Amino acid sequence: MNIRVRYFARLREKLATEQEQLALPAGVSDIAALCRHLATRGGVWAEELAGQRPLMAAINEELKPLSASFAEGDEVALFPPVTGG
Amino acid sequence: MLAIAICEDELPPVAAWPTGACVTFEGRVRDEQGRVVALEIEHYPGMTEREIGRIADQAAERWPLSMVLVAHRVGRVGVDELIVRVQVAARHRREAFEACAFIMDYLKTRAPFWKKEISADGVASWVEAKQGDRDAAARWAPADEH
Repeated sequence: MNIRVRYFARLREKLATEQEQLALPAGVSDIAALCRHLATRGGVWAEELAGQRPLMAAINEELKPLSASFAEGDEVALFPPVTGG
Repeated sequence: MLAIAICEDELPPVAAWPTGACVTFEGRVRDEQGRVVALEIEHYPGMTEREIGRIADQAAERWPLSMVLVAHRVGRVGVDELIVRVQVAARHRREAFEACAFIMDYLKTRAPFWKKEISADGVASWVEAKQGDRDAAARWAPADEH
């Protein structure tokens, strides 16, 4: 499955990545699995996405729990807890 | 009526409202005892407007509202400058007060904005989300969602 992943704020800076197109292996179809997949890159990816740090996510510009599934062509965003207002 | 403004410059002025009550919340940037000279605010263009729209829609389902205006700065915002305004009108004060608080509590915990504090010596540090803000938003959830 192909998706676009976007990163924001502290996460964008730490990972030095704003966005990327990803071709995911079979079985990686929800946000938690995506994070585990990205964490296998090691280094800052593991530090940020292996589950030790609080994380929020959106699919196609809508806030979703980490258990939510995405589909081919979706835009998934990963970011630290929001701090507006 | 709903309007959302994401502003790189000053917020628009407070708007005239339909008959009845109006509650306006405004927030300005604190200097945190002189530690902070400005905030740098990042957001997720597109999602920001959609998420605030969803929050306003939820408020309009809970209370009979005649107007909701949400304006929020992005980019660099100096100390004492306005960062956010939520203006809510309804026929009577109670629903206007409650809906305004609801929208602010949800905006702080769901709208995709992130603040970075800039200190006088130019050091920038991301603001961490606060448990108190999550607790404030949770008080609006139905009992079965706690």
